[in-house]
Amino acid sequence: MEMKATETAPLAMEWRQKKSTKPKSERFFEGLIKAGGYSSIVLIGAILFFILKESFPFLVGAFDFKNFFFSTNWNPASVNNVSYGILALIVGTLCVTCLSMLIAVPLGLATAFYISEFCSPRLRETYKILIEFLAAIPSVVWGFVAIMMINPMIIKTFNVPIGLNILNASIILALMSLPLIVSVGEDALRAVPDTYREAAEALGATRWEVATRVLLPAAKNGLLAAALLGVGRALGETMAVLMATGHSIQIPKSFFDPARTLTATIAAELGESPKGGEHYQALFAIGLVLFIISLIVNVTADHLIRGRKK
Amino acid sequence: MKIMILMALVLVGCSKRDQVLIQNKGSDTFVNLAQSWAEEYKVIKPNVGIAVSGGGSGTGIAALINGTVDIANSSRPMKEEEKAQALKNSGKPVQEYVVGLDALAIFVHPANPLSDLSIEEVACIYSQDGTCNLWSDVRPGTNVPGCEGNKIIRVSRQSNSGTYQYFREAVVGEKKDFKQGSMDLNGSREAVDLVEKTPCAIGYSGMGYLNPNVKALCLSKTKGTPCVSPSLETATDKSYPISRELYMYTSGTPSEDVKAYVEWTQTDKAREITVKSGYVPVPKK
Repeated sequence: MEMKATETAPLAMEWRQKKSTKPKSERFFEGLIKAGGYSSIVLIGAILFFILKESFPFLVGAFDFKNFFFSTNWNPASVNNVSYGILALIVGTLCVTCLSMLIAVPLGLATAFYISEFCSPRLRETYKILIEFLAAIPSVVWGFVAIMMINPMIIKTFNVPIGLNILNASIILALMSLPLIVSVGEDALRAVPDTYREAAEALGATRWEVATRVLLPAAKNGLLAAALLGVGRALGETMAVLMATGHSIQIPKSFFDPARTLTATIAAELGESPKGGEHYQALFAIGLVLFIISLIVNVTADHLIRGRKK
Repeated sequence: MKIMILMALVLVGCSKRDQVLIQNKGSDTFVNLAQSWAEEYKVIKPNVGIAVSGGGSGTGIAALINGTVDIANSSRPMKEEEKAQALKNSGKPVQEYVVGLDALAIFVHPANPLSDLSIEEVACIYSQDGTCNLWSDVRPGTNVPGCEGNKIIRVSRQSNSGTYQYFREAVVGEKKDFKQGSMDLNGSREAVDLVEKTPCAIGYSGMGYLNPNVKALCLSKTKGTPCVSPSLETATDKSYPISRELYMYTSGTPSEDVKAYVEWTQTDKAREITVKSGYVPVPKK
């Protein structure tokens, strides 16, 4: 944001004068906000550093690229053949995340549209409270819902041997990420100025047309952010997916097969592994993989937004 | 603000009353029992607070090695290397107490026609080289109603569970691994719940977690010998083939308060709680 000094000299001087007359409290809060902004960068850096540091001995030692990424044999507690292969875990994570987003994003955005554009103000408040209530349910409770309610339902409805599977976990994760998607999506839609709606209606557009032709393009960045936050929620959830997927190491052949995710593996095993041991380091290597996956998701989304802007 | 004052008051209140706080962590198998003990102990000695948490035997032992707990609960004996590690970290050898017994129950869905299995047959289901994938592979002609494809759903536990390790030693085979693809749940309660709702499933857990909605199997050591059901009596006289000790570990000679508590767990009152929680008190010598 550098300006050419010659053109804007008077303006800049005026601005500088203003700055020097600012009250102390304002400068203090400016500094505080700045520190807050920087701290998130520092924190991310620190997290990356910590993960790298803990996983480093494994990456240079027992790490075997081919075995790590292409073997489905994750068995750190084995008595005769310790193996760290995370292919099944990666596939499980991707399947569960994708399916849950296929359920949650359309449902969440539709709900956001309804709450923001179509329902009466009184109903809107009720809905918002109800949906935010979903966010307050602890993930262990969701896990029990998965085992005790959805599991038998899936067994009966689809005639499969086990109801703890990708479908079950996706339903649970979709329900868990819905509040986030709806709240952020609704905020994005309400941030579109009313003049847009009024102009469109003045031109004779129906409410449906206003929603799809005017609001959707105008709020698309915010809506994408809502969907992405949902992806993050689904990717990062541990306890509920641990219980709902069945936590079973295998490459799933259909949505009715149990699976295991990267996060659930870390959650279930980090407590047991002695600090600094090979198993511990391998779990941090999984953390690194997760870090990279979420980085890829975020960068891709960023590119999508920028690409569209051009 | 009011809430903060209230919280501060509560905190002050707690710290005043609890002059001694004992940290107790580990096995999920008897976390309920440890909690009931702690609650009862609070009534007897109001100045001693005992914070009980689960996480698995491995978690408790790791915490003892790292020196963050006073007592580690474990449903398996500590390994030699773990004892050596604890000695290295604290300079003191660990102290072992047997506080109870537990029969490891193997259970199926009530709809399952089987009511007994031998250890070999269970190993055939769970072990890496076991060939039993369908219920009819275990016993020819077995057909489980409501179970699609007659497929066996193996419910197991996460690998830091003492129950998992004991089951491996006692049933799967000491030098063998579990067959991959089992449902590795992170609690005994979850294992029982899942089997209750899944006709195809078989699972294992401490006897204390059984409920009437699952069918505990009568177990025989080898095929053809008479089978024994898990119960208080069969675990006490060791006729049930897979029963085990429940341990508490402390680092070095424990402090007076810790020692008093561990010894209290063997009093008549505490043994009553043991039975009530579904476990077996150590036979009196």
